[in-house]
Amino acid sequence: MSLFKYESELREPLVKGSKTYHQITEDIVAPIEVKPGKLWYIGFYIAVCMLLFGVFSVYEEVVYGIGQWNLNKTQGWGWDITNFVWWVGIGHAGTLISAILLLFRQGWRTGVNRAAEAMTIFAVMCAGQFPVFHMGRVWDAFFIFPYPNSRGSLWPNFDSPLLWDVFAISTYFTVSVLFWYTGLLPDLATVRDRAKTKLRKLLYGIASFGWTGSTKHWQRHEALSLVLAGLATPLVLSVHTIVSFDFATSVIPGWHTTIFPPYFVAGAVFSGFAMVNSLLLVVRKMMNLQDYITIGHIEAMNKVIVLTGSIVGVAYLSELFVAWYSGNKYEAYAFFYTRANIYSTLGWSYVGMIGCNVLSPQIFWFRKMRRNLAVTFFMSVVVNIGMWFERFVIIATSIYRDYLPSAWSVYYSPSIWELGFYIGTFGLFFTCFFLFSKYFPVIAIAEIKSIAKTSGDNHKLNVAHVEAEEPEAFAHEYAH
Amino acid sequence: MAKKKFVVASFDEEANLFPAVKDVRTAGYKIHDVYTPFPVHGLDKAMGLRETSLHTAGFIYGIIGTATALGGMSWVFVSDWPQIYDGKPHFALPAFIPITFELTVLFASVGMVYTFCWLCQLAPFVKKHLFHPRQTDDIFAMVIECTPTTNVEELVDSLKSKGTVGVEVQEAEADWWWGRWDKSQQIINDNVIEVL
Repeated sequence: MSLFKYESELREPLVKGSKTYHQITEDIVAPIEVKPGKLWYIGFYIAVCMLLFGVFSVYEEVVYGIGQWNLNKTQGWGWDITNFVWWVGIGHAGTLISAILLLFRQGWRTGVNRAAEAMTIFAVMCAGQFPVFHMGRVWDAFFIFPYPNSRGSLWPNFDSPLLWDVFAISTYFTVSVLFWYTGLLPDLATVRDRAKTKLRKLLYGIASFGWTGSTKHWQRHEALSLVLAGLATPLVLSVHTIVSFDFATSVIPGWHTTIFPPYFVAGAVFSGFAMVNSLLLVVRKMMNLQDYITIGHIEAMNKVIVLTGSIVGVAYLSELFVAWYSGNKYEAYAFFYTRANIYSTLGWSYVGMIGCNVLSPQIFWFRKMRRNLAVTFFMSVVVNIGMWFERFVIIATSIYRDYLPSAWSVYYSPSIWELGFYIGTFGLFFTCFFLFSKYFPVIAIAEIKSIAKTSGDNHKLNVAHVEAEEPEAFAHEYAH
Repeated sequence: MAKKKFVVASFDEEANLFPAVKDVRTAGYKIHDVYTPFPVHGLDKAMGLRETSLHTAGFIYGIIGTATALGGMSWVFVSDWPQIYDGKPHFALPAFIPITFELTVLFASVGMVYTFCWLCQLAPFVKKHLFHPRQTDDIFAMVIECTPTTNVEELVDSLKSKGTVGVEVQEAEADWWWGRWDKSQQIINDNVIEVL
C-alpha cells in the first residue's frame, strides 16, 4: 500500500501486461534457462573478436613500450586518457540510476537498474586499464598503492590528484560491485530454486550465498541497499570530480578551470544514460523484455539526456565566456584559436562536441522523438561520440599548444595500437555484458515484483475503475 | 544441529499474509520466520522484529575509515617521509580530503556488506532448508515453530481459514550448515510429515 502515495494514476504502468509474480519470474529468468538467440551469438562473436584485437594491441604496447602509441613530448596524454575519462563517465549512470533514483523513490529505476549497474562495473573495468597501461611499465603498477614497502621510506604523493584518482576509481569499483552483487543475491536464489540441472544448482547455489528470503534478511537487505545508495550518491559525484581535478589543478590553459567538477559530473551522467539507453534497447529486444523495459523507461532516460546535455552546453558557454572575460591571453588562445576555431588543427573535434552534445539532444524536447526507439538508439550513439569528442577536446587541444611555441607538436593522430586498445575495451565491455545478460537476471526480479501491484497494468485499470465508479472511495483509499 | 517441527502456511497474496501473521502472533504461537520472494514493507513490524542496527555499524566503519585515512596520510607526510610537494605544507589537510572521503565510503560499504553477510549467515556454500520450493518465486511462506505444548491440529485448522494456499507440517533443520545446493539435504529429514 505504501507505494500508492508515490504513484500517479495518470502515469503509464511500469510493468505492462498484468503480470503475476510467477510470470515475472518466468519472463526474466527465461533467457538464462534457454539457449540464446542468433542475435546474442552474433553480438558475442563480434565482441570477442574486438577483445582479441585489443589484447594484441596491449601486447604490442607492453612489449615494445609506450612509443607504440603516437604520443610525443607535447602530446603526452592522447587517446588513452581521453578513453579513460570517457569510460569512467559511462560508468556513472549505473550507480546514478541505482542509488540516486532509489533515494528519490523513483519506481522506474527497477526496470533498468540491474543492467545499468552491470554496465557501470564493466565500464570502470575498461576505464581502469588506460591509466595502468599509460604508465608504460605496467609491471610496476603496484607502486601507486601506499603500503609499507621494501624501498625505504617511499610513498606515493597523497597531494596529487592522480593518486586521488587511484583511490576514487578503486573505491567506486568496489562499492559498485558490492551494491550490484548484494542486489543480485535474492534473484540468484530465484534462479537456483528453479534450476533443473546439477551444475546450475551447484553454481547458482554458490553464487546466491544461501539466500532464502527471510523477512529479517529482507529488512537488513533494504537497510543495506539504502545506506549503500546514500554512500554511493556522493561517491558518484566525487569520482568524476576527482577525475576533473586531474586537469583542473594543473596550470595548463584550458584545464585550469573551477567549472570542471560539475561540468564533468553532468557530462558523465549524460554519456552514461546514453550508453544505458543503447544497451537496454538491445537487451529488451534480445531478451524479449519489452513489458519491463517500456517506452516509458526509455522516455524517462531521454529526459535526463536532454537535461544533462543542456547543462554541459551551459558549461561550454561559461568556459568561452570566462576565457574572454578573464583577460588571460593563454586561456583565450586555447579557446578561441585552438578549440572553437574550425580552421585550427584539431578544431573539428570542438565542432563535433557542440553538434553531438548540445545541439542534437535538443530533439528530445519533442515527446514523439523521446518515445521513438530508432531516434533514441541513434541519439544514444551520437551522444557517446560527442562525449568522446569532449574529452578529446579537453585533453588534446589543451596540450598540443602550451605556453612555449618551441614545444608545440605539429599534429597528433593515434597509432593502430592506440586505436586497437580502445576497440579492445569495447570488446571487453560487450563480452562481459553479453555474458552477464546470459547468466544473470538483467532485471531485478524482486524489485519488479515489489512494484508490480502498484505500478502494473492491472493496478492502473483498477484505480481508473474505482475513480470512475466510486469517487469517494477512491479519494479515501488512493489519494492519501 | 537439532531438527525441529514446523507448521508451514503458504500464501499467494501478501494481503492475506498480514492478517494471518497478526492472528498467529496474537494466538501466542512462535513465528520462526516468514519467507517472501520480495521485500514486503511493514512485515517486519507486523512480526514484531526489531529495527536493524546495520546503519550504526556502517557509521562506525565509516569513522574508522576516516581515521585510517587521515592518520595514515598524516603519519606518512609529517613523520615518516616529510616532503614538500607543490609548496603544500606537510600536513596539507585540504589535499587529504578526497582520499579521506573515499576511504570513509570504502570502509563503511565493505564493513556493512560483511556485517550483513555475517548477520544473515550468507556465504558461498552456506545451505539452508527451503520450507517452500517457490518461496523465492511467488509464494509467501509463514513458518511457525512447534513447541511441546503446541496443538498442531488446531493450528493447522485455524491457518486453513486464513487465505492460505497450503498448510503442511515439516520436520527440518532450522539453522544453516555448510553444503552444496546440488546435493541432497543430508542432515535433514525432508519428508513432509503430513500434507493437509
